[in-house]
Amino acid sequence: MLAQSPPYFEHDADIGIIGRGATIEQAFEAAAQAVFGIVTQLDTVQPKTAVTMEFEEADFELALVTWLNLLLGKARELGMVFSRFHVQHRDNHWRAEVLGEKWHPGLERGVEVKGATLTMLSVKQAGTMWEARCIVDV
Amino acid sequence: MDIQLLRQLQPYLWSLPRKSGEERAEVLLYGTEPLLVSMDDKVLEQAANVASLPGLVGASMTMPDAHWGYGFPIGGVAAFDAEQGGVISAGGVGFDISCGIRCLRSNLDLNDAVPYFPKLANILFRVIPAGVGEEGEIKLNPEQLDQVMHNGAHWAVQHGYGNAADLEYIEEHGRVTGAVPDNVSELAKKRQRGEMGTLGSGNHYLEIQVVDRIFDTAAALAFGLHEGQILISIHCGSRGLGHQIGTDYLLLLAKAASRTGIRLPDRELACAPIKSPEGQQYIGAMNAAINCALANRQILTHLTRTAFTDIYPQAELETLFDVSHNTCKAETHEIDGKPRLLHVHRKGATRAFAPGHPTLPERYRAVGQPVVIGGSMGTGSYILAGASGNPAFASASHGAGRAMSRHQALARWKGRALVDQLAQQGILIRTRSMRGVAEEAPGAYKDVDLVAEATEQAGLARRVAFLKPKVCVKG
Repeated sequence: MLAQSPPYFEHDADIGIIGRGATIEQAFEAAAQAVFGIVTQLDTVQPKTAVTMEFEEADFELALVTWLNLLLGKARELGMVFSRFHVQHRDNHWRAEVLGEKWHPGLERGVEVKGATLTMLSVKQAGTMWEARCIVDV
Repeated sequence: MDIQLLRQLQPYLWSLPRKSGEERAEVLLYGTEPLLVSMDDKVLEQAANVASLPGLVGASMTMPDAHWGYGFPIGGVAAFDAEQGGVISAGGVGFDISCGIRCLRSNLDLNDAVPYFPKLANILFRVIPAGVGEEGEIKLNPEQLDQVMHNGAHWAVQHGYGNAADLEYIEEHGRVTGAVPDNVSELAKKRQRGEMGTLGSGNHYLEIQVVDRIFDTAAALAFGLHEGQILISIHCGSRGLGHQIGTDYLLLLAKAASRTGIRLPDRELACAPIKSPEGQQYIGAMNAAINCALANRQILTHLTRTAFTDIYPQAELETLFDVSHNTCKAETHEIDGKPRLLHVHRKGATRAFAPGHPTLPERYRAVGQPVVIGGSMGTGSYILAGASGNPAFASASHGAGRAMSRHQALARWKGRALVDQLAQQGILIRTRSMRGVAEEAPGAYKDVDLVAEATEQAGLARRVAFLKPKVCVKG
């Protein structure tokens, strides 16, 4: 599901991204949308191709960085941009299916995201909502 | 930045006094009061964090163009001694390992060249892959990529991209030793498959510039510069390979820090003792990425030459210098009168060897290493020369430095309007990303003149020439 304008927070040279959701999985999905919203205009990306990815990580904060960097690495490896994200999580195991398409001239060229950093990294539950945030290098 | 937190030691040098009970090395900031005031307080916090890392020699330093980064501040310099438990930090190098600038001098003058700039801009935009998602023509198989990681710009020259004369004017003559491709992940190698000879995006660019003013006649003569001359600057790094190495080692070194009992005030400072297995592993991978960046800029140099000779058959583009500003390098520096081997991290800072340094090309040895301060696409850039007695482990500024966030810039400027406005000033922009142009608006950067002047006054490097932009292919 596409999020309404992914939220960001200020940083001098790079960009702070925030993902919020009712579950940690949804917060991670929203964080991914925030990242790929920097790369292109998400609502123009067709979910033509599905890619699955898995990883193990016990620490929620390191899991966020691992998730975002795995996405960025896969996107570059496959020459794709992703727009839809479905995350599942059980114990230390994380599994995701993401959808998107290959780059083509019809897609807006935003700014390349080089990687997600550990700076201002946090994953926390506040009331009924989860929030995941970090700085990404652009 | 709250200037009241600082103590002024010299006109262009400030320190951050330690708080009671704070255990860290000294923090030194180079610059003027207006430049420091324009910086975010986070610069101080990040520089102080660096000063708490083990084995730091001297001080954690920031250059006049410093701004808030991740882990280290951008414009941060820190040297570590392996024999004293010093560390290597992936966060002290950054994701774009060996990002830097290749500067080419031409035999063309502005008056001869200017009528053809629109055509040249279009050709450059066609032959230089720039922007997110753009791939290059060169597709390397795994064996070829291993050769790139070992041989850097030498690989490119051996395969017809440029000439042997270029190698003389690249740091380490185009190839660093100690690269270990086996320490680079398969994903990193796959990410690089289509990215050799690409510019990237963000603040990366290829710019045609004109020498507008000479400050130091002797150094300009040694660098082969004169007023009215056309130069080309290419700003980019190690592309997907370096980004993935940065990613892979961030978590590995964060865990190594925990294992070796290093307290990290910011986990992005992820580091390990230089002598540890993880530290050595990262150094091998980082050196592979440095060679990849050197090869990348060499290929882009070749592509630029082909575009120029399409328009100007008489054009000769010689490498003035190629210098990186996101690296950690093992260098010998004199400390308390004795030479010591240090690992100098420069994150958004340029190496600036003084006159007489034995590794400099013969042609430049008497005047010092060329240093490039890249400006924004609307203002200008500077070429400087390394200064004798540089107090910052032979380091200097690398750019104008951002003065506001990308989102603030997006709210203030529109890409199309900026491109039109710059065209009226005689600066042609070619880009696939209007959003990127707005984020990189000239007004989003500090005043490059103030940065260059402060760099000189602080004794970091001497101004040699000011360059005005004429054509910019934006990443």
